Amino acid sequence: MASARRTGYSDVPQPQPELELDELYRELILDHYKSPRHHVKLARADVVAEGYNPVCGDEVEMQLAFDGDRLTGIGTIGRGCSISQASGSMMSELVAGKDIAEIRRLSGEFTRMMTEPGGTVPEDLGDLEALQGAAKFAARVKCATLAWHTLADGIAQHEKGDGVVRREES
Amino acid sequence: MYDIDQVRKDFPILDRKIHGTPLVYLDNAATTQKPRQVIDALVHYYEHYNANIHRGLHTLAEEATAAYEATRLKAGAFINAEYPAEEIIFTRNTTESINLVSNAWGRKFLKPGDEIVFTAMEHHSNLVPWQMIAQATGATLRHIEIDDDGKLIWDDVLAKIGAKTKIVAITQMSNVLGTINPIKEIAAIAHRFGAVMLVDGAQSVPHMPVDVRDLDCDFLAFSSHKMLGPTGVGVLYGKRDLLNAMDPYMGGGEMIMRVSYESSTYAALPNKFEAGTPNIADVIAFGAAIDYLEGIGMDAVRTHEIAITQYAIDALSAVEGVTVYGPKDAHDKGGAVTFNYGDVHPHDLSQVLDQQGIAIRAGHHCAQPLMRRLGCVATARASFYIYNRNDEVDALVDGLGAADRIFGRATTAARA
Repeated sequence: MASARRTGYSDVPQPQPELELDELYRELILDHYKSPRHHVKLARADVVAEGYNPVCGDEVEMQLAFDGDRLTGIGTIGRGCSISQASGSMMSELVAGKDIAEIRRLSGEFTRMMTEPGGTVPEDLGDLEALQGAAKFAARVKCATLAWHTLADGIAQHEKGDGVVRREES
Repeated sequence: MYDIDQVRKDFPILDRKIHGTPLVYLDNAATTQKPRQVIDALVHYYEHYNANIHRGLHTLAEEATAAYEATRLKAGAFINAEYPAEEIIFTRNTTESINLVSNAWGRKFLKPGDEIVFTAMEHHSNLVPWQMIAQATGATLRHIEIDDDGKLIWDDVLAKIGAKTKIVAITQMSNVLGTINPIKEIAAIAHRFGAVMLVDGAQSVPHMPVDVRDLDCDFLAFSSHKMLGPTGVGVLYGKRDLLNAMDPYMGGGEMIMRVSYESSTYAALPNKFEAGTPNIADVIAFGAAIDYLEGIGMDAVRTHEIAITQYAIDALSAVEGVTVYGPKDAHDKGGAVTFNYGDVHPHDLSQVLDQQGIAIRAGHHCAQPLMRRLGCVATARASFYIYNRNDEVDALVDGLGAADRIFGRATTAARA
C-alpha cells in the first residue's frame, strides 16, 4: 500500500531479518576450513594465480596445471576467514579435472547463487551449495567469490599464455 | 569524573538494538557516535541560517560565517594553538590534512637525498602520501622500528633522525596498538636537525589532552568524526610561519586575492588553504562536538579510558587462547585493544559478535606493514570512548564463547 509507506526515508536502515549464524557456518564449511582439500603446491604448474582482498586481508594462491582445455591439477593455499578458505577448498574439489567451458558454466552458477539470495540453488555445485547462507551476509560475498575470481584470472592467463597473475579485489 | 549513564542519554543511537540485543559499540577508533547536541547543531544550521560563507552581505551569510569561524577558534583553543584564526585549516579528514602538507610543503621544500622519517606503526594515511611525494621529489623514506610490545625503539629514533632528515611524520597514538608515542621528545630531536615535525593526531586528539605548544610540533592533523563530530571535517594545525611559507594546495574560489587570466595572488591564512565552498554545516556541528568534550574535560576522558582499557586488557588476557597486541599497561596507550582469538579469523569473530549486537573492527586497520611486523594477516580491535562501560567489555568477553562453540574450541591453546 503506497499510502502506508513513509516517503523520503528510503535510506533509513530497516530492521534486519534475524540471520542464524548456523546458516552461515554450516558444518560442511567448517570442515573444509579446518581440512582444506587440494591444499598442496603442484610439482608442475602452468599458471600461478594470486588473489588478495585488501579490505580484509584474505589471500589465496592457486597453482594450475592444464592439458589443453582441461584443468588437470589445482593446488589452493591461502590465509583468511572461514568463508574465503572453505570456498577455495570446495571450488578446487569441484573444478579439478573439468574442462574450461564447464568451469566457466559452474562459476556462473556459483556467482548467481551468491548474488541472488533466495533463488534456486543449482544442483551441480557440490559442497559449494553450503555457501548459500553466506549470500545473505552482504559483507561476506566477496570472501566467498575470491577463489573463483582468482581461478578465472588464472584461466584467462593460461589462454593468453602467461604464467603468473595477481588479483586485488576492489 | 563524569556520569557515564548521563552521557549515554545524549547519544540516541545507543538505544538501538542489533539482532534483538542492545548495541555494544566498540569501534570508536574507526568513528565515534554523535550526541544529540551535534545532531541538533546540524539541523539548526540547515533550518535557520544556511548560507554560503565569507562573501554574502546578508544576515544568513553573516551568521553562517560567524558560526564557521567560531569553530575554527574552538578547534584552535582545544589544542592550544597560538594563532587559531590563522593556524587552523579545515579539510575533509586527517588524510587530506596530511596530503595537504606532503604536497604543499613537500613539493616546495623536499629535494633528492632529503629524508622523510615515519614509524613502523603508521596508518596508511601517514604512509602513502609520503611514498607519493618521495617519488615525486626524489626524497628517501626511513622508518623507525618498534619492539614486540609495540613501542618505538628509542635507539632507532636516534639512528633514523639525522642531518638529512627534513620531516618527521609520526602518529601520536597508534590506531592498532594504541601506543602513545613521545612526541615532545621526538619533536625536540627533529628540531635539533632542522627538520619539521608532523603529528598524526587522528587517534590522540579525541582521547587525551593535546597541546601543540607544549609538544612544539609544526603540524597536527586530526578528524572531527573520531571525536563526536560529523564526518567530512578534518583539521590541519600548522605553525603560522610554515603555513605562510607554503604554496597553496588546491586552487579555486575563496583562496585568492586577485585573479587575472594569466595569474593570481593568494589569500592570506587560513583561506589560502580552503579553496571552494567548505563543509559549512559539518564544521559548525563540529564546534558543538568540541563544546561537548570541553564540558566533560579531556583529563576526565583520558582517566575514563585508562580505566576501561586496562579492564579490557585484563579481561581479554584472562581468556584462554586470546592474544593481546601492544602495550599491556593502559597508561602507555589509548583506548584501543587489538587481539586475536586462537585460530578464529577476525572476520568470523566480528560476524559472530555482531550477531550479539557487539560492533568491533576486524581486518588490517589500514596498517598492512604493521600487521606483517606483528606476524598476522588481520586482527580484531575493540576501541572505547566516553560512553563505554565495563559491562560492555564483559559482553565482548562473553561473546567470544559463541565463536568458541561454532569453531569447536578452535583456539590453539585448547588444541595443544
